[in-house]
Amino acid sequence: MALKTEPIVLNIGPQHPSTHGVFRMKVTLDGEVVVDVEPVIGYLHRGIEKLAEGRTYTQNIPLTDRLDYLASMTNNLAYVLAVEKLAGIKVPERAEYLRVIMAEMMRISSHLMAVGFFLNDLGAMMTPVLYMWREREKIIDLFEMVCGQRLTYNYMRTGGVSQDIPEEFLPALKRFVAEMPGYIDEYDQLLAENEILLARTKGVGVLSRELAINIAASGPVLRASGVEFDIRRADPYSIYDRFDFDVPAGEAGDCYDRYRVRIQEMKQSVRILGQAIARLPGGEVCAEVPQLLRPPAGEVYGRIEAPKGELGFYLVSDNSIAPYRFHIRPPELINLTALKDMVVGWKVADLIIIFGSLDVCLGEIDR
Amino acid sequence: MTLLEHLRLWLAMTLPGWAAYVIPALVGIVVMLGFVLTMVIVLIWYERRLLGRFQIRLGPNRLGPEGIFQPLATALKVLLKEDIVPSKGDRIVHWLAPVVVFVPILLIFAVVPLWQGAVLADLNVGIFYVVAISSVSVVGVYMAGWGSNNKYALIAALRTVAQMVSYELPVVLSILGVVLMVGSLSMTAIVEAQSIPFILVQPLGFIIFFLGAVAEMNRCPFDLLEADSEIVAGYHIEYSGMKFAMFYLGEYGHALAYSCIIATLFLGGWQGPLLPPVVWFLVKIMAIFFIIVWMRSTLPRLRVDQLMAFAWKALLPMAIINLFAVAAEVLWLPQTLPWLPVAVNFAIAGVLIVLWSRLFSLGGGRVEV
Amino acid sequence: MTIALKGEEVARKIAESFAEAVAAVDRSTIVVNAGSLYQVAEFLKNTPGLDFDYLNNLTAVDYLDYLEVVYHLSSLKHNHSLTLKARCYEREKPTVPSVVSLWRAADYQEREVYDLMGIIFSGHPNLKRLFLWEGFPGHPLRRDYL
Repeated sequence: MALKTEPIVLNIGPQHPSTHGVFRMKVTLDGEVVVDVEPVIGYLHRGIEKLAEGRTYTQNIPLTDRLDYLASMTNNLAYVLAVEKLAGIKVPERAEYLRVIMAEMMRISSHLMAVGFFLNDLGAMMTPVLYMWREREKIIDLFEMVCGQRLTYNYMRTGGVSQDIPEEFLPALKRFVAEMPGYIDEYDQLLAENEILLARTKGVGVLSRELAINIAASGPVLRASGVEFDIRRADPYSIYDRFDFDVPAGEAGDCYDRYRVRIQEMKQSVRILGQAIARLPGGEVCAEVPQLLRPPAGEVYGRIEAPKGELGFYLVSDNSIAPYRFHIRPPELINLTALKDMVVGWKVADLIIIFGSLDVCLGEIDR
Repeated sequence: MTLLEHLRLWLAMTLPGWAAYVIPALVGIVVMLGFVLTMVIVLIWYERRLLGRFQIRLGPNRLGPEGIFQPLATALKVLLKEDIVPSKGDRIVHWLAPVVVFVPILLIFAVVPLWQGAVLADLNVGIFYVVAISSVSVVGVYMAGWGSNNKYALIAALRTVAQMVSYELPVVLSILGVVLMVGSLSMTAIVEAQSIPFILVQPLGFIIFFLGAVAEMNRCPFDLLEADSEIVAGYHIEYSGMKFAMFYLGEYGHALAYSCIIATLFLGGWQGPLLPPVVWFLVKIMAIFFIIVWMRSTLPRLRVDQLMAFAWKALLPMAIINLFAVAAEVLWLPQTLPWLPVAVNFAIAGVLIVLWSRLFSLGGGRVEV
Repeated sequence: MTIALKGEEVARKIAESFAEAVAAVDRSTIVVNAGSLYQVAEFLKNTPGLDFDYLNNLTAVDYLDYLEVVYHLSSLKHNHSLTLKARCYEREKPTVPSVVSLWRAADYQEREVYDLMGIIFSGHPNLKRLFLWEGFPGHPLRRDYL
């Protein structure tokens, strides 16, 4: 006589320690096995795209801070690059190098947080988080030295950056760059060969190469599935074509590969930082741009390699002081498209880890 | 003859029979409860400071010197909170569950010897009583999950029942190894028979019992029933106030109970040179608890099917082999060479652990249910 | 560098297979008629030499006369890109065929456009509102909303 079972619908609700924000999933479970998952979003929708249509181009920069609030510098960078492309503004050399330095530091900080919280979801009880936080505190202190802010920096401007770096910044940054590879190796050693970590993440939540390209995944998620595509290499923006770095890629596209790709990207970012500090020229830090910028009528799609993926801005201008259309291409929303394919057939515990390995930030999904 | 029995004989000279029976019992209960509750508070403080140090932070250090009043503040806070009962839950089951979880843990301490003769009841089936009583908590956990009318709690409760039932077997088998060597189930006899601590004589038994005990206590890496990051708080998700305090105390009480049992069975109880026996007992408890907290702060969590696979495919076969090896040694090895079983057992332990780690890798181990 | 393909060349290739599809051509942009959007998209994805397998961005703009759906396509193999647009001239129930069966990346982005702009994508398996709740009056991102 077969046992009569019934699937239950569990609501991993907007308030949950592991949903990295206000994200809701309606999960249908058969015992412990996930049968169906339906993401419900919109809890953090603030209407940024509509708000931006009523603000000038420079007033929109703080709005972009609040998208992926854990990586504000790269959000700013993507937006000002798009505006500069639209208006045809040339950025001075020193500003370009400073932008690269800030963007790479931001990438390290964002990946530290992603890896730390991924391990927290696995159950290692905040210990990896606090170890990674040690380094992230140093990065945030450096940012505070530069622009006075710890989370939403509002540092980039159309035509350069808002202010020059103080004197104590470069020596502190050099110390950080010197000791960071040692720390990354320490984390790698502690965790990469841990049997429980391997058992929980290897082969779990596989995103195949074809599916990754079809859903337009980007960033570490795409690279872990075996596609060596990095916008800094394929379509260089700013001055990235002058730096020497590798693009790490995984093979299997499981959670373990996504974790390894992030660790190795941190190492590459440290390399870029070292090169950028060595070649930092003098000069001014912002081009002469009118306060009420009126770009010529037209449109532009500017994209960068943000820590979470391809962050793109689609701006339409009608020669007025505010953009006519301001659209953000959210990398994480698009990466989420394959959540159901990755999760069905695994257990509840795996659902949390797979979702954690995608490294979402709700500010960007909901806008 | 335990100390309490001495007290009873002394009192029987002056008081009527029933008073001479009741008063030592009350004295024993008060002392035991005092010991348990004080040690639980010390363990709460110890764990929070230790976790802080493992995580390169300080841990609570505001209340009192080095934060020693922190557990008292926690206890006060929990006592003063409102007691919320889910309206659609099963009220009686919900109310009874903390009791059913907490009381058996207290009952375990009735047979734990603090030092020579200082035991509440020197049962001659001491360790058997411990095993039997500790399995009652499982029912309490399931009652908590059911009575909460919450799917998270239900998932947690079902996982827990599976886990605790699976890990009973390796635990009991490794205890049997110790009992075979000693020849008696009584806790005091087990301690007195350890001229060499059994951790050296039966390393494999110790490892199996330790891992099984950590799983029974629902501590990391086996703490999926209160997995903070998945099912929020597991089976005590709907509890607040005093009932939550009972679960909380129950968890640390469980940790204390198993530390005491490990100290008794494998580390030689109160034996040790120089210092008074009670101090040795406390030192051993704290050392074991240190290792338990260390495991908690370092290791990630196992998934439920990997956990069951570990119990049934790794720990259980090793425990059976251990039992046969010990039985063979007791039967055939001469009693005059006490260090010979040590060497033999270490060899067996080494071989088995290496063999199992090659053959059984959790990445592929799945229990098909 | 990702090369932005010239609109005229691609428009010529499209016109060989689908005669009336292309409505207008700009530097790297092709505007097609809403009715033949799906066939043109399929042609762009499957033709060797074009191979647009990566949908970067899908969005919509409200020019008050018409609503325009914008697709930014690129090819990972050849590293070139193209912009595809389709216009809808009704404002009541503007309809455009869905490209979800070609690029699954369009799934959430089309739902977002439906939610905020009100454009209906025919053939989408699950066209529900994404950010706002069912029953929300109006479509906020339209220029005449507030």
